[in-house]
Amino acid sequence: MSAGGNAILDVQVWRGREKGEFQAFAVPRRTHQTVLDVVTAIQREQDSTLSYRFACRVGMCGSCAMVVNGRPRWTCRTRVAEVIKDGEPLRLEPLRNFPVVKDLAVEMTQFFDKWKDARGFFEPGTMPEKDFAVVPPASPERRAADAGIECIGCGVCYSACDVVAWDEDYLGPAALNRAWTLVNDVRDRGQAVRLKAVSGSAGCQACHTHMNCTQFCPKAIAPTYSIAGLKRAMLRWTLRGRP
Amino acid sequence: MSAILFTAQRLTAFVLAAAIAIHLATIIYAVHSGLTAGNILARTHGNIGFLLFYAVFVVAVAIHAPIGLRNVLREWTPWRGRSLDVALALLALLLLILGGRAVFAVFSA
Repeated sequence: MSAGGNAILDVQVWRGREKGEFQAFAVPRRTHQTVLDVVTAIQREQDSTLSYRFACRVGMCGSCAMVVNGRPRWTCRTRVAEVIKDGEPLRLEPLRNFPVVKDLAVEMTQFFDKWKDARGFFEPGTMPEKDFAVVPPASPERRAADAGIECIGCGVCYSACDVVAWDEDYLGPAALNRAWTLVNDVRDRGQAVRLKAVSGSAGCQACHTHMNCTQFCPKAIAPTYSIAGLKRAMLRWTLRGRP
Repeated sequence: MSAILFTAQRLTAFVLAAAIAIHLATIIYAVHSGLTAGNILARTHGNIGFLLFYAVFVVAVAIHAPIGLRNVLREWTPWRGRSLDVALALLALLLLILGGRAVFAVFSA
């Protein structure tokens, strides 16, 4: 389809919650149009009751993820031309593995609660350090943390994860990836508690290495490798008698 | 507990990878060399090396298999909790008894 002229895009949008149906909209096709542009056009010009979530529109905030033609994506940085061929409909659904609030907006409380459960926050210890920590940028720990640190919390990996789909207690790729960045933070003083938190039955060892998270992460992070790192760290920690 | 089971399963996997390779190679060698059951039993009888190798093999299996089965059951069925753990501990014991009995029988035959 040429992106200019009077071309019209056939858009199928999920309406409702867990139960609902697809509603068809016709949206003018524009050059370089993103999927988020399409949703916004529908909401502003055709049906103001359509619910969805976005904030920054530039791939920083992680708010606008949806399932687009069967695959989880960040919609603000996904151009329509990337996901459909000429004449195909654009099919938009809420993220999988999340409770649906309404239409394309999902409830993310459980997702972020799992970050807390995985001790995905910096633990400074009880006493202030005497001096600044020196962290050489080329050190293996810093490189490992760098590889996973750019997560924007969009939930795409969580939506794509098969293990989350069959075990709702599983901490999920994003929370475990965050835990891995902190395992590699030499300043952190909560490592034993964190390793215990990520090694429960819903922790890192539940990962089946399907790599869906790595396939779909819009920030090109590889949570699968982070989780593999956690498994190795947990193994060493257990062999040392779980100090 | 979960970390200990994970670690035990990974460590026994290392043992089994080597043990199974040796076991299969030995079977293929014995078959291709035309050894009879009598020949094989004559070689295993009183052989401490054979006894130790297969004793380690049986212990590794008795640890490895129930942990894996526990994971499968927890993922694919609603079975959880103490009854599952007890059932799989009994399976481990069964594997240990049956395997140990077989190894000792071949050793002492």
